[in-house]
Amino acid sequence: MPVPATLEFFIDPARCIGCQACVQACAECDTHRGQSMIQLDYVDRAHSTQTVPVVCMHCDSPTCAEVCPADAIKRTEDGVVHSARKPRCIACNNCVLACPFGVPKMNTEMQLMMKCNMCYDRTSVGLKPMCASVCPSQALAFGTREEMARLRPSARPVNTFQFGAQTITTKVNMMVPADDGPDWVDVTAAMHEPTIGHQMLDDIFDDDVFGGDGFIDLLNDDPADA
Amino acid sequence: MPTTTPTPGLDLDAIREFGPYLQYARDIRVDTGVEPDRLVKTHCCFCGQQCGMQLKVKGNTVVGVEPWYDFPFNRGMMCPKGIKRYLQQSHPDRLLHAYKKDPSAPSGFSEMPYDEAIRRVADEIDRIQREYGNDAFAILSGASLTTEKTYLMGKFAHMALKTANIDYNGRLCMVSAAAGNKKSFGVDRAANPWGDILGAEVVWISGANVAECAPITTNYVWQAREQGAKVIVADPRITPIARTCDLFLPVKPGRDTALFNGVLHLMIEHDWLDHDFIENHTVGFDAVAEEVSKWTPALTAEVTGVAEKSIQQAAEWWGQASTSFLMHARGIEHHSRGVQNVMSAINIVLASGRIGRENCGYGTITGQANGQGGREHGQKCDQLPGGRDLGNPEHRAYVAGVWGMDPDDLPQPGVDAYEIMRKAHSGEIKGLLSICFNPVVSLPDNNFVREALDKLEFFVAIDFFMSATSRYADVVLPGSLQEEDEGTVTQLEGRVIKINQVVDCPGEARRDWEIIQDIAKALGRERGLTFSGPREMFEELRIASKGYTNDYSGITWEGVEDNYGVFWPCPAETPEGVPLPGPQGTVRLFEPGSWNPIAKGAGPFYFPDGKARFNVTEYVGPTEDVDADYPVILTTGRVVSQFLSGNQTRRIGPLLDHYPEPKIEMHPRLAAKLGIRDGDWATAESRRGNCTLRASVVKTIRPDTVFIPYHWAGRKSANQLTISAQDPISKIPEYKVCAVRVSKAEAPPEYADQLQPQQ
Repeated sequence: MPVPATLEFFIDPARCIGCQACVQACAECDTHRGQSMIQLDYVDRAHSTQTVPVVCMHCDSPTCAEVCPADAIKRTEDGVVHSARKPRCIACNNCVLACPFGVPKMNTEMQLMMKCNMCYDRTSVGLKPMCASVCPSQALAFGTREEMARLRPSARPVNTFQFGAQTITTKVNMMVPADDGPDWVDVTAAMHEPTIGHQMLDDIFDDDVFGGDGFIDLLNDDPADA
Repeated sequence: MPTTTPTPGLDLDAIREFGPYLQYARDIRVDTGVEPDRLVKTHCCFCGQQCGMQLKVKGNTVVGVEPWYDFPFNRGMMCPKGIKRYLQQSHPDRLLHAYKKDPSAPSGFSEMPYDEAIRRVADEIDRIQREYGNDAFAILSGASLTTEKTYLMGKFAHMALKTANIDYNGRLCMVSAAAGNKKSFGVDRAANPWGDILGAEVVWISGANVAECAPITTNYVWQAREQGAKVIVADPRITPIARTCDLFLPVKPGRDTALFNGVLHLMIEHDWLDHDFIENHTVGFDAVAEEVSKWTPALTAEVTGVAEKSIQQAAEWWGQASTSFLMHARGIEHHSRGVQNVMSAINIVLASGRIGRENCGYGTITGQANGQGGREHGQKCDQLPGGRDLGNPEHRAYVAGVWGMDPDDLPQPGVDAYEIMRKAHSGEIKGLLSICFNPVVSLPDNNFVREALDKLEFFVAIDFFMSATSRYADVVLPGSLQEEDEGTVTQLEGRVIKINQVVDCPGEARRDWEIIQDIAKALGRERGLTFSGPREMFEELRIASKGYTNDYSGITWEGVEDNYGVFWPCPAETPEGVPLPGPQGTVRLFEPGSWNPIAKGAGPFYFPDGKARFNVTEYVGPTEDVDADYPVILTTGRVVSQFLSGNQTRRIGPLLDHYPEPKIEMHPRLAAKLGIRDGDWATAESRRGNCTLRASVVKTIRPDTVFIPYHWAGRKSANQLTISAQDPISKIPEYKVCAVRVSKAEAPPEYADQLQPQQ
């Protein structure tokens, strides 16, 4: 049974809290043999808690399949791009290198490329994929376009991406803000200036926030003397 | 028997035998394609949200998890802890036998037969109580137990042992919220179901790392924002929930009362008040107005470290909203003025009049699995079932009547968990039974706690994994995991839900309530403690809780199953003309015209006049402020992949891999001052101890503050540093503020090459 065409996948990194529930749940799905097929990383932890989950975007014309010399990567009629087929895969890594989203993983032990296949065991029988089932912030969501439009008026789905000269259309949608929101970067920026919008000043910290003898003065200049 | 204790956390032989070791899925199954024999609907064993989930069972082994899409609170959503909790059930570290302390054994323990262990425990309890008096034997219990078990623990202490000294680990968790709620509303429960967050125009989150400590609540907040809510977050750190909030208030740890007083000051100045509500449904506004009159934006900014403009913006949004929801958690409660902080937060809710209606709410976010139910039915040192008071003669008489005993035989209120430790240290308490509590990791100033445990004549721990605390016990009894028993818990909305038994206890392990009843029997004091199981306990609890605030008398296990939980209060009978709650119980508190047994119809709040109380909240700073010797604030908290003392989650491989070891988090500006770079070993030192961890240098924390998560034991434990200052009312410890100095470490710590990350 194919994945119903009305059900789509939506990713909204703005909602992501980095909890890794998706990564942990991915490993619980039978479709990819208990391996987690999701990358979830901080973009730049020193400056922000922003994290981004990467699942397969399930391209209409999958680059991974296009570069496969063994014709091992298949896209089913319902638009899901599957892991390499074991009898065909030659573990050459072409797909790993070519995917613009960095999705396929080479399982060196099995000599097999594995990737997110939208939990086909689940989605092909009408269930949500594991990651979108569990995601506590619903940064990963699975439902109808209408449902998403109703629930999330402040974001819009995008499924066309530009990589240099290559235009890619995907089955999976990325939610982008309908307008720009604030973006917290540094606590100190919230200490003096109104913390609204993008007026983020990175270095406006001074001692008088902490009263007369600010804590900075109390720190020994040379920690070795402490 | 005092023994020589090895360096905390470096008792390598004990760690070698009992772990923590890591378990992965590959250790229990060949592949995920294993068809389970059955799916059992139950709830997570970790936090207070109690997400519904289904566990996959093969034989007597839990082999996986499947979302439970129908459970209304979380609709299939789970955090990593819930997804991987199934890995604890067949864990190699699981205690399958009773153990006794044995100095001749390398690990310090040797197995003993269960019956012999029970006999020895009973003999020691008997000896200590005869020699030193009933109160010389104390009990520490926990809020991750089912409500039936917490009821049993209270009954065991108060009726069988007749000791005043029972307390529980909710003392470190919910007591400030509870006391603040009791003083303001007369009852202690989140006032609203979480559905009321949707439709709020302003969502105010103070001192709650929602994304990491109550992850599923995030979706409610994000959904509220989609529906137009402005989200305000007050926290010393830009946590994931704060990263995209509409207004971030970087409050300095320990200054929350000042912030709320400053907001109320502006609400009064601009007349953003609900005069009708204040007039008709509250008491004490004028005195509070007087107190906050000095909290000008300038003073508030100076004390809290939050910009004046931000304070004004917050007051403007909060003051002018027509619907709102205010949430807080341990961030404002873990203080020596925690109750004050809670009451100052409630003051801005009461002044707005936005409570007791749809989309107008207030709630404290419960921490532990049964943090709500566990604080209601008699395992707190001053409490009897139904939220009754052990010091109140009427209450004593009622409960003694239910239990079939003379009220005069009930002990008087005892002391809190930390005071129990102090009394053990001073020799006043000689014996201790502990269950569902890991004080060596979770209490502040834990070097003192270790000394106290060493001084006990007899210490028995009931545990399923050998915790850092159990390693101090003379006898360890093998108890049950949540999936090996059944019962109810009450989650953070006040919804009573059912935990179902998934598998049987392995080896010699027993369900906790059987162990307690076995001890009572061996003591010859089994009267009233011969329950056939949790269901019978619940039936008695219904009667014992009847007629007071936390009334469960109208709740049945069937009702809980049929309605996805029932919200208390749910009385079985009400006076003539007062409608009974519906099948779901009292979903929202304080609705206009609602009846409760305290006000008896006088008003919606739980005081004789039916009115809520404004409480004067005078700002008092933290007990230990920074100074020249200790110039940096230390605050502590959690990470998403770990829970409480880590006794369970530090044994689960995939969770540990997410965040392997505790780090000390600091702002680059502070780090630069100290010459510390990201990843360097850094030492934090307080007046009580020191701790060397790797530094995480991030811009998401105030430059005057460092943060350490507290889930690790031994030399990695943040609570070596924390202060045992407590709130005078709630007795909660001040985990969120103490003074430290931080320096770059000369060399890696001693543990670095001896221990695995989880140990």
